[in-house]
Amino acid sequence: MKLLVAVKHVPDTETKVRVASDGVSLDEAGVKFILSPYDEFALEEALRIREARGGAVVLVCAGGESATATLRQGLAMGADRAVLVRHDGFDRADGLGRARVLAAFARTESPDLILMGKYGVGTDENQTGPMLAEILDLPHAAAVSKLELGPKTFTAHREIEGAVEVMEGTLPALITCEKGLNEPRYASLKGIMAAKKKSIEVKTVLDLGCDPADLGAGARVIWESMELPPGRAAGRILEGDPSEAARELARLLREEARVI
Amino acid sequence: MGGGVLVFAERRDGSLRRPTLEAVGTACRLARILGGRVDVLALGPGASACAREVGSHGADRLFVAEEPHLELYAPEGYAATLAEAARESGAAAVLVPATILGKDVAARAAARLGVGCLSDVVEIEVGEDGVLRGKRPIYSGKAYAWLAIPKARPAFATLRPNVFPLPAAIAERSADVIAIPAAVPADRLRVRTVRVEKAAEQELDVAEASMIVSGGRGLQDPSNFRIVRELASVLGAAVGASRAVVDAGWIPHAHQVGQTGKVVSPNLYIACGISGAIQHLAGMSSAKVIVAINKDREAPIFKVADYGIVGDLFEVIPRLTEEIRKLKAG
Repeated sequence: MKLLVAVKHVPDTETKVRVASDGVSLDEAGVKFILSPYDEFALEEALRIREARGGAVVLVCAGGESATATLRQGLAMGADRAVLVRHDGFDRADGLGRARVLAAFARTESPDLILMGKYGVGTDENQTGPMLAEILDLPHAAAVSKLELGPKTFTAHREIEGAVEVMEGTLPALITCEKGLNEPRYASLKGIMAAKKKSIEVKTVLDLGCDPADLGAGARVIWESMELPPGRAAGRILEGDPSEAARELARLLREEARVI
Repeated sequence: MGGGVLVFAERRDGSLRRPTLEAVGTACRLARILGGRVDVLALGPGASACAREVGSHGADRLFVAEEPHLELYAPEGYAATLAEAARESGAAAVLVPATILGKDVAARAAARLGVGCLSDVVEIEVGEDGVLRGKRPIYSGKAYAWLAIPKARPAFATLRPNVFPLPAAIAERSADVIAIPAAVPADRLRVRTVRVEKAAEQELDVAEASMIVSGGRGLQDPSNFRIVRELASVLGAAVGASRAVVDAGWIPHAHQVGQTGKVVSPNLYIACGISGAIQHLAGMSSAKVIVAINKDREAPIFKVADYGIVGDLFEVIPRLTEEIRKLKAG
């Protein structure tokens, strides 16, 4: 079974966000980049499927040169091959631009199953997966927290508001992954050493027949500005007797904040 | 730029979900600027029955595709029919609730039409230049970005639940119902929902709740979530949790607030025994009123809290529950 895992190279979730001097970008000084956490669930699931059924796991990342670190990590976890679609403008590409590039690559591989995180942390858009499925004319299930595969079918559970939706579909398909799907493994020392020896294939968007103009600022969606949330004024701290503090808090929530 | 606004209606068990009406209200505001109509698309058997509800909230026309295979979510069928309705309606903008279903169907439909989509916006406007602009949280709410879709039409946006005002019913009127065919026939669907499993106890979802009571490590043991649930129950609030207790298996991931969980904007957020890691603060700091109950006065959560109680949560929370019960009764 051929498994394609699309991963994204993103700022660590611990990042303290600052706005760069252009007023619209993240100030990347001192920011550590990681494999997007939801993509780890996707890669882990692919590795487990390969272990159960045989086949190969191919990683693809659309990103700049620095994204090789994320691909290297994926190789260390156990992926067979890694491909970087290198382009410096992906930071400003919208979901559709990314999906078109990944679709062009996926067509060269014809996977049975494409797995990816439900979104790339940072942009938090939930767009690329469903868009990629639409472009490739594949069925998809998004934000999946449990996946079972038959020979030519899949069953996916996904958490919706207050319930679980159970979906059934046919392969080939695309699945985006939610936390809870599995517990991603750590790369073993052996895996890390082996990953150092593997080469990362590099392609450009032109190699894939895509138009770089579709990826830059202003193709469809323009990032106009970035701002930090307004600071919150210092609050009121209640101390002392728990009964009195609780009574005072209830009064403040009703009379001052007017929320209860 | 002209043209109206199309809203995708999310229905469950035959009823419109609240974020749909929030989107209809916003659609009315944008349509006044654009000088166009407000249309709604509803899918599945019985969809035309919501004509009165959307009409009285301001919608002019209701597109429906009532085939049985659209009763439960089917990504291909929903997205293709939404794209078809957008063409039919001639809408300049398509608004979809940013629910689990909504975010999914909007992305797939936008790709089908080759247009841009703004995800999970908390503010949306149409400028005098006719450009649709939206403000959306990025980095789980650690920052916000203003984005614009200048050209491609229709422009898609998903609206974060519980942020846009719920419009009052304006008049007893019904939207004109226009039936359209499902864009994908039943035998061409390659994925569909076969069943929806509801939790034994129907729980409010943190992503849509107007009040949330969350628990963290300070609860010391999973069984102590009971006191958080009791406070939530008195308030009519959803139960949230920090990443630490979700990772420890105390409570399912659906309750997790913050990065790698849900980003929320309730009117009231009560954090119980949560110290306030940066990922958690990102996910809840846009709440209108924040209360922190924690024994450590140095905990970062107090830096964002409007009201804080420094103390033993096992003593404070049951008393707070009792005080609120008294207030509600009085």
